[in-house]
Amino acid sequence: MKLNRKWINEEFVDLSSVSDKEFVEKMTIFGQKVETYEPMDKEIKNVVVGKVVSIVRHENSDHMWICQVDVGQEEPVQIVTGAQNVHEGDLVPAALHNSYLPGGIHITKGKLRGEKSNGMLCSLKELGLTLGDFPYAIEDGIWILQEDCRPGDDINKVIGNDDTVVDFEITNNRPDCYSIIGLAREAAAAFGKPMRHHEPVVKGSDAGSMYDKLDVEVEAENLCNRYTARMVANVKIGPSPKWMRQRLRANGVRPINNIVDITNYVMLEYGQPMHAFDYRYVGSGKIVVRESREGETLTTLDGNVRNLKPGMLVIADETKPIGLAGIMGGENSEILPDTTTVVFESANFDGTSIRQTALALGMRTESSGKFEKNLDPMMTVPAVQRACELVELLACGDVMDGMVDILNYVPAPKTLELEPEKINALLGTNIPREDMVKYLNLLEIPVEGNTIHVPSWRPDLNLMADIAEEVGRSYGYNEIPITAFKNATQGGYSPEMLLEAKAGAACRSVGFSEIITYSFVSPSIFDQIRLGADSPLRNTLKIQNPLGEDTSVMRTTALPSLLDILARNYANHNKAAKLYELAKVYLPVEGQVLPQEPKYLMLGTYGAGEDFFSLKGELDAVLGALRLPAAQYTADTANPSYHPGRCARITIGGEDVGCMGQIHPLVAANYGMDCEIYCAEIRFDKLLALQLPEATYVPLPKYPAVTRDLAIVCREEVTVGEAEAVITQAAGKLLRNIRLFDVYRGTGVPEGKKSLAFSLELRADDRTLTDTDSETVTKNVLVALENQLGAVLR
Amino acid sequence: MKEQLAQIKQQAMEALQQAQTPAQLEELRVRFLGKKGALTAVLKQMGKLSPEERPVMGQLANAVRAEIEEMLEKQKAAAHAAALEAKLAAEALDVTIPGKSVALGHAHPMNQVLQQIKDLFVGMGYQIVDGPEVELADYNFTKLNIEEGHPSRDRSDTFYFNDDDTVLLRTQTSPMQIRVMENAKPPICILAPGRVYRKDEADATHSPMFHQIEGLVIDEHITMGDLKGALVTLMKKLYGEEAVMRFRPHHFPFTEPSCEMDMQCHKCHGTGEVDGQVCSTCHGEGWIELLGAGMVHPKVLEGCGIDPEKYSGFAFGMGLERMAMRRTRINDLRLIFDNDVRFLNQF
Repeated sequence: MKLNRKWINEEFVDLSSVSDKEFVEKMTIFGQKVETYEPMDKEIKNVVVGKVVSIVRHENSDHMWICQVDVGQEEPVQIVTGAQNVHEGDLVPAALHNSYLPGGIHITKGKLRGEKSNGMLCSLKELGLTLGDFPYAIEDGIWILQEDCRPGDDINKVIGNDDTVVDFEITNNRPDCYSIIGLAREAAAAFGKPMRHHEPVVKGSDAGSMYDKLDVEVEAENLCNRYTARMVANVKIGPSPKWMRQRLRANGVRPINNIVDITNYVMLEYGQPMHAFDYRYVGSGKIVVRESREGETLTTLDGNVRNLKPGMLVIADETKPIGLAGIMGGENSEILPDTTTVVFESANFDGTSIRQTALALGMRTESSGKFEKNLDPMMTVPAVQRACELVELLACGDVMDGMVDILNYVPAPKTLELEPEKINALLGTNIPREDMVKYLNLLEIPVEGNTIHVPSWRPDLNLMADIAEEVGRSYGYNEIPITAFKNATQGGYSPEMLLEAKAGAACRSVGFSEIITYSFVSPSIFDQIRLGADSPLRNTLKIQNPLGEDTSVMRTTALPSLLDILARNYANHNKAAKLYELAKVYLPVEGQVLPQEPKYLMLGTYGAGEDFFSLKGELDAVLGALRLPAAQYTADTANPSYHPGRCARITIGGEDVGCMGQIHPLVAANYGMDCEIYCAEIRFDKLLALQLPEATYVPLPKYPAVTRDLAIVCREEVTVGEAEAVITQAAGKLLRNIRLFDVYRGTGVPEGKKSLAFSLELRADDRTLTDTDSETVTKNVLVALENQLGAVLR
Repeated sequence: MKEQLAQIKQQAMEALQQAQTPAQLEELRVRFLGKKGALTAVLKQMGKLSPEERPVMGQLANAVRAEIEEMLEKQKAAAHAAALEAKLAAEALDVTIPGKSVALGHAHPMNQVLQQIKDLFVGMGYQIVDGPEVELADYNFTKLNIEEGHPSRDRSDTFYFNDDDTVLLRTQTSPMQIRVMENAKPPICILAPGRVYRKDEADATHSPMFHQIEGLVIDEHITMGDLKGALVTLMKKLYGEEAVMRFRPHHFPFTEPSCEMDMQCHKCHGTGEVDGQVCSTCHGEGWIELLGAGMVHPKVLEGCGIDPEKYSGFAFGMGLERMAMRRTRINDLRLIFDNDVRFLNQF
C-alpha cells in the first residue's frame, strides 16, 4: 500500500517535521512495515520555472528560437528551443545546465547551430507527466505553466514532487490499513499525536430523487454484505483539480476525469473501492447484484472480453452484466465525456468470492486486492457520501436525493474487557492500566471503564491476546524486558535421529557426500528405472495441482532422485561422484488418509576404481558403524533396475533391508550415462530394531592363533558365500576368522571350475593349539566341502 | 714391557682416532685386543716376569686394555651415529609431495547449518521432533486458526492430493505444533525442522520445496519476554554476542501477539549504505529479517485441549535456506538442490 506523506500531513496529522528515515523506522517498529520509500523529486534535478523575457528566431534555422529566460538569477539565461508554442512572458519549465530529467537524462549547455544554449525548455513528457496530470498543456510542445509560481521555483514543487511515497507491507489482519485514513491513524498513534477527522457533508440539490430512477436488487445475498449507491445528475465531465490529480499520481493512479478520479480518490482515502456507472447504460434503470449465468460474457474497462463462469459475482442491469463486482467495471457502462447522470456504487462484497473470481480471470485489480481482505461494511456510506461531497466541491454535478443501502450482513458491535493483569502476564511487562487506555485511545479504540468498544474497522480484535498486541506494540516490542524461562524439559534427539546422524558420519568417513533431492518426481521415473507395469512402487500419491509433470507424484523410491543427481554430475564432466542421502519416500497405505514416510539410506557412485566390491565394502563399513549384525548378500537377478549378474539383496538378522549393485546399463542410458554406476538402497527405518546390544568387553586372547590357508577347486556355480558357510560350519568353534584371498581360473584348473583360496584363523581360549588340532579342523572342512559342494583340495 | 704397553696404547689410540667405519674399528679391535692381538702377545710374556712385577704389570696391562676398549666403544658409537646420519640423509623426502589421498565425504551445507542449530536448541532443553510432510489440511491450516478461504489455502499456493482439499503437502512446519500439543502435556519444548512445500517455480530465491525450523514452548507463565530471551540467546550464539536484534509487530493467524525478528545488517551496521552505495546484503534496509514468532494463539491452545487460562507459550518459525545461504554466501537456491560435487566439496 502506497502512501504519500504530504496527504497525511495536510489532511490528518501533521508530521512534516519528521524526517523520512524517522517516519519509516517508527512506522516499521510500530507494526506497519515499510517495504521501500522514495522521495518523488529524486528524478528531476535543477529544473526551475523560467519566464521567457524575449524570443527571437535563430538566424541559421527555420524552426529554432532563441529565448532569454529569467530563471530567478541576476541575469537571464539563453536557451534555444525548437518548440513553436513559446511566447514572450510565458512561464516554462527550464532545465538548466547540469540538470537531470526522468530516465536519467542529463542536460548540459552546448551550442545549437552556433548559438549558445544553457539548458532546455521542457514538455510534459520530458518531465515524466501526461495530459492527465496537467490537462491544459499540449502534448507536442513546451508546457506553458498556468500555475501559481515564479521564476526560479523548483519545478518539483510546481508538479507536486515535494513529497515522499512510502510503500507499506500491510498484514492480512489489517484491511483498514489499505487506506490513507487507516495509515494516518496508525501514524498518529505511532507518533502519539491526535488525528483530525472529517465527516463528509452533502448539501444536496433540486435534481430530484434517485428512487424515481433506479431500482437495486441484491440476489446474491451471501456474496454481497452491503450495497450502497447514490446518484449524481447534470454531470459535467472534465479534469479534476490539481490537488486531487497530484494525490492520485503520487499513489500511482492515473488521473482520467473528475468522476472517475473521485471514485479513485475515495478508494485511496477510505480504502473503499467505488465504481461509477453511466446511468444511460443501466438498462431499465435496474441494478441487480447476482451470480453470473452460463455463457455470459462481459467486456471489461480494459477492453478484454471476459468469459464468465457461473458463480462469479456480477453487477447487472435487467438483461446483462455491466460490471464484474469488486474487480472492474464493464465497458458498456463506462463514464464517457458526454455522461450526464452517474450511479456511484459503494458496496461490500465477500472477499473470498472476489479473490477467486479475480484469480480465475487472471485480473487482480486495486479494487479486488482490497475486497479480498474483507473490508469493513460500515465504510460504504461514509465513502459514498465523501464521493458526493467531492462532486459538490468540484462542482461537477448535482447530487440527487436519496441513497440506496441494502444490508445483508453487518457485524454486531463488539466489546471486550480490558484485563491489564492478564495483558502484563502475557507480555512479561508492568504497564500501568492508564497507559494501556492511552495507547488504545490513540489507536481510536474507545475504552469506557473496563469495556473496550472495538471499532468496526478492527475485525482483528477478538480477545485479550489481540488487545495485548495493541498494547505491546504501542509500548514497544523492543522495550519488553528480555527474560529466561525455567525450562523443565530435557533436550535431545530421538533414537532414530541419532542413528541417522551416525549413518551420515559413517557415509562421509568412507567418502560419500550428502545430497538433498526433491520429494516429488515425474511419473516417468518408473519407466526410466525399468520397473514392471505391475510394480507396487507405481502406486503413488499424485499432486492434483503440480507445478509441472516433472514434479507431480510423490516418490515411492529414491533411486531415480539419486540417479538424477549422479547424471547431472556426469553431465557436468565431474569424473567421479560418491553421494548419499537419507531420503524419505511416500508410500500410500490402503485405508489410510496419510501415507507412510519411511527413510531410505541411498548410496550411489561412479568413477575410476568404483566397482561392486568397493561399494559392498563401504556399505558393510557403514552398517558396521551402526552396530548391526553382518549383512547377508544373495544374488538377485530379477531387479529390473540393476545388472542381473551384479545385484544383491541384503538381509540383516533375517530381515530384508534392501539391495545394492550395478545399475542396469539400460537404466544408466536412460539417465544419459555411459559408465558403471553402483548404488545401494537400505530401508533405514528397519535398522533401529536390528541394532546389536551395546558392546561389552571380551578378554583379549591369551593364546596364539594358527593360520591355515586352503585352496579348493569347485564348480563355477558354487558361490563364495556357500563355501564359507560350509567351512564355518565344519570348522567349529576354533574358527575365529575366515577370509577369501584368491579366486583363480585357468591353467591347472579344469574348464567350468574355479579355485577359491581361503585363509582360516584358528584359536582356542584355554590353550595353545597343536598341529593335531589344526589338522583335525582342516580334515573336517575338506570332508564337508567335498560332501556338500563336491569341492576338492587343489 | 712397560714400554711395549705404552707403545701399544699409543699406536692403538692413534689408529682408533683415524678409523672411520665399523669395519675398520673391528679390524683394530682384533689387531690390538684379539686373541692374536698385540696386547695378548705382550701378556703372554707375563710368565717371564718376577712374581713382584707380575701384578704391577698385570694392572698396567688391564688399564691399557680398558683405555683401548673405551676408546674403541667411543669410536664405534661415533661411527654408528655417522652411519645413521648418512642413512637418514639418504632417506630424506620431498615433503611437499602430496599425501596419499583419503577422500572424506561432506555433509550438505544446508544440513551442516541445520545440525548446528539443532545442537544449540538441544543444549537449551529442546527435544527435536519430526512429522509427516503429507499432511491434513486440518493440521496445516484449520487448527492453526487459518480459516477456509484464506489465500494461503489456494491451489495456486498449496499442493493438494484430493478433490476436497483435505490432504496436502505441508506448507509450513507449524502443523507440528498441533501434533505435539495434541499428544503431549505441558511443559512442552520442541524443535521441528523439516521439508515444506509451496507452489513456487524454482529460481535463484524460490523453490517448491524448502526447509523450515519450527519451535514451540508451552508451560505456565510463559511470557513474550521469554520468547525474546530464547530467540536473542539463539541468535547471539549463531551470529555472535555483538549481533543486534529487533522485534517488530507482525501477523500470523496462529500466534497473538505476533512478531518478526530482524538482525541489524552486519555489513552496513544498520546504515543501509556501504561506501555511498546501497548495501547489497540488506538492500538498504539496515536490517535482515530472520524469523517470525509469537505467543501461541489461545484458540490454537484450546483446540489442542490445552487450557489457555492456565498455560501460555510461544512459537517461532524460520527458513533454513535463507539462513544457510547467508552463512555460506550461497547466492542461488538452485545450487542447493543441484548437488554438484564441486559445490558439495566446498563445505
